[in-house]
Amino acid sequence: MHLAYPAVLSALLFCTGLYGVLARRNAILVLMSVELMLNAVNLNLVAFDVWLSRAAEETLHSGQALTLFTITIAAAEIGIGLAIVLAVHRNRGTADIDRLRDTAESHDLDSPDSDALAATPSEKAEATA
Amino acid sequence: MSLAADTPGFLSPTGVEITFVLVGLVTFGAALVTVTTRQLVHAALWLVVALGGLAVEYLLLTAEFIAWVQVLIYVGSVVVLLLFGLMLTRAPIGRSPDADSGNRWAALAVAVASAGTLIWVVVDAFRTTWIDLDGPAAGSTKATGQSLFQNWVLPFEGLSVLLLAALVGAIVLSRKAKETDPAAGPDPAAPHSGEQGEKETR
Repeated sequence: MHLAYPAVLSALLFCTGLYGVLARRNAILVLMSVELMLNAVNLNLVAFDVWLSRAAEETLHSGQALTLFTITIAAAEIGIGLAIVLAVHRNRGTADIDRLRDTAESHDLDSPDSDALAATPSEKAEATA
Repeated sequence: MSLAADTPGFLSPTGVEITFVLVGLVTFGAALVTVTTRQLVHAALWLVVALGGLAVEYLLLTAEFIAWVQVLIYVGSVVVLLLFGLMLTRAPIGRSPDADSGNRWAALAVAVASAGTLIWVVVDAFRTTWIDLDGPAAGSTKATGQSLFQNWVLPFEGLSVLLLAALVGAIVLSRKAKETDPAAGPDPAAPHSGEQGEKETR
């Protein structure tokens, strides 16, 4: 099999996940897109490991070991990420990452429920300007 | 470079390559639907199709152990976790028109540009590289287990500690704060849980 096939598929999947991370608004959909990107990397690792284990007679199988580690770390990441999303949803009532902009600097226009936390940095910015 | 002469061309694909391309098309289509659909539960279910297609690709690359791990962990547990998360945060399941944010076209431009660059580089670099799939499988359970427990024991054990930390962190993060009653609102609970989150992610 040509190595170009899995490499191109991996690039396509990675860019699909990149689009999802940039374009989605719900935090769980962003996590799904992150999973797609991680899987694209896994496919690359497996393909290059299979190639190198024949072409270079590499017996360490580092690609497959790293793939297993990536899968495990992705499982841990999705658990922690969902716990964070659920905590945010419980505290704020929303999981939209567009609305979580308490640390944004001066957004007077797009935050109608701007509280004291959002007002203080803008005052500071006006004072320094 | 001497190997480049006797590698088969792209115009006479083998059966494995044809299968790989077909399954790859299904996988890529499912991934596209996953990032573009407006039904959140459908996105999770199309993610199952994409991850299952990737497991088939691992099988075609003779990495069978990775394929079954993929089916077990991704399709079995990660997607179930995602579905739980969706149903816990979005009580009315259905079409949600605000799934995409306003910077969708900028995201599309970035994704298409990076896809073009990556594919150009990858095809230019590995045009003549040939994976030899004959002989004993490179990713059988025996080969993977031997390499994992001969050369990768210390990272493997470290990974178990990381999983334990992630487990404890998820429990701490998702535990309800005891001293605040649920009617009090987000003000007393917010700095408390944020501090715990910082402690666990460090």
